[in-house]
Amino acid sequence: MKEIIKALGNVVFKMPQGLYVTFKHLFKKPVTLDYPRRKKPMAPRYRGRHYLERYDDGTERCVCCGLCAAACPADAIYMEPEENEKGERRAIVYEINLLRCIFCGFCEEACPEEAIFLGQDYEFSDDNRDSFIWTKEQMLVPHPRKDNPFKRIYRRVRKVYGVTDKGK
Amino acid sequence: MLEIILISSVKIVVVIMVVLTGCAYATYMERKLVAFMQHRIGPLYAGPYGLLQPIADAVKLIFKEDVVPNNVERVTYALAPIISFIPALLTFAVVPFAADTTLFGHEIKMVISDMNIGVLFIFAVTSMGVYGIVLAGWSSGSKYSLMGGLRSSAQMISYEVGYGLSIIGVILVANTLSLRELVAQQASVFDWFVWKQPLGFLLYLTCAIAETNRLPFDLPEAEAELVAGYHTEYSSMRFATFFIGEYANMLAVSAVGATLFFGGWQGPYLPSIVWFIVKVFLFMFFYIWLRGTFPRFRYDQLMAFGWKVLLPLALLNTMVTAAIVML
Repeated sequence: MKEIIKALGNVVFKMPQGLYVTFKHLFKKPVTLDYPRRKKPMAPRYRGRHYLERYDDGTERCVCCGLCAAACPADAIYMEPEENEKGERRAIVYEINLLRCIFCGFCEEACPEEAIFLGQDYEFSDDNRDSFIWTKEQMLVPHPRKDNPFKRIYRRVRKVYGVTDKGK
Repeated sequence: MLEIILISSVKIVVVIMVVLTGCAYATYMERKLVAFMQHRIGPLYAGPYGLLQPIADAVKLIFKEDVVPNNVERVTYALAPIISFIPALLTFAVVPFAADTTLFGHEIKMVISDMNIGVLFIFAVTSMGVYGIVLAGWSSGSKYSLMGGLRSSAQMISYEVGYGLSIIGVILVANTLSLRELVAQQASVFDWFVWKQPLGFLLYLTCAIAETNRLPFDLPEAEAELVAGYHTEYSSMRFATFFIGEYANMLAVSAVGATLFFGGWQGPYLPSIVWFIVKVFLFMFFYIWLRGTFPRFRYDQLMAFGWKVLLPLALLNTMVTAAIVML
C-alpha cells in the first residue's frame, strides 16, 4: 500500500519535473558544433601555427638572427643562415617542429624584425611525425597575399607604442 | 473473391512498407531527439539534416559479415530474430489506421483484418515476442545473452499481467473487443477513453514500455551490465532484425495505445490517416522523451514495481470499472 501511494506520488509530482527539464533542454542551442563544416569564431589573439611575414616587395623579413630559437622554451626552432647576392643575411633553413612547439608566442615577442607570427591555423594533424617539421617554404606567406597583410603588425605596433583604441 | 484478395494484399504490402519505413525513421527520430535533449546535434552527414542516416545504417548492416559463434544452437539462433520481429508486424493487421473510404466504387475498410476479437489478438500475438528474446538468449551460448534472456522473460511475464489488466477497463466500458468498434465509440474528443480510464491509461503506458524493453525498463539489454543483453552474439542482418523488431514493437504499442485511448484515426478537419499518424508520433515522442529523462531501474525495483504496484492498481482499476459498469 505504501509502495503504491509512493509510486503514484512519483508519477504525479516527481516525474513531470524530470520530464520538464529534458523538454526545456530540447529547445536549447546545441553546444556541439558540426565541426569540419562549421567552425567556432577564433579569438583574435589565438596562437596557432606560425607563419613568416614578408616585406611589401616580397623579400623575407627574417634575417636568421636566432633570437626566436633562443627564446623558444621548447627548443623547437632550428635555422641555418646564408648571405644572398646583395650581402644580406637570411635563413636558408628555417624549421619549426610543431610537435615540440607549445605555442607560447615567445618567438613572436623575441623577433626584432617582426618576421614570425603565430597565426590562426590549428588544423595540421597528420599520421606522420616528419610532416610536423614545417619548413620556411611552408610557413612563408604567399607573396601577393590575399588578406590584410598588416593586421597583425598593426596590433603589435599598438602594443609596442602603447597606442590604444580607448581614446576614440 | 479475387477482388478481396487483391485489396487485402495491397493493404498488407502498403502497411508493411509504411511500418518498416516508420521503424527506420523512428531510429532517426530517437537519435535526433535524444541528441537535442543532450545539447548535441545528432546525425547530420547522410543527406540533408542526416535524413538518409537510417538508409545508410541499413546498407551498412546488410553488407556486414554475419558472424555465427561456435557454441550457438543453429536453428533456434536463426529463428529467434524472426520470432521477435513477426509479432510486432502482426499487430498492425488489426489496427484501423484511417476512416473507411470508397475507391473505384469499392468500399475499402482501412484495416487489414477487421476481427471482432482484435484486442485479444493483439495481446495473444505480442506475448509471442518474448519467445524470440528468450530463445535468442538461450541459443547464443553466451552468459550475457542468457542473463538478458532470463531477465526479459521474467520482466515480460510480470508486466504482461498488468498490461492485459490495464486494457480490461477500456473493454468493459466499450463492451467490445473489435478495434474498429472501439474507434467508432470515440468519435469526439470527450469520448476518448483516456478520460474514462485515466488510471488504465497510465498503467498501459508503463506496462507498454516494459513490454517493449525500452528505458527505463530496458534491463534485458542493459548495455552497462550485459554488453547488449540477448542480442550480444548477433551481428549483421540478424541484429538488424532484432532492432527493427524493437522499433516495430514500439510503433505497434503506440498505435494500439492511440486506438484504445485517444480515438484512433478520429479527429476534426484533417484526413483521418494524418490524425492517426500524429497520435502514434506523439506516443513515440513520449517514449523517446522518457528515454532521454530517466535512468534504468534496478532489477529488484523493476520486479517489485511490477508485482506490488502495477498489478494491484490494475486489479483495482478493473474492479472499480466493473462495479461502475454493472451499476
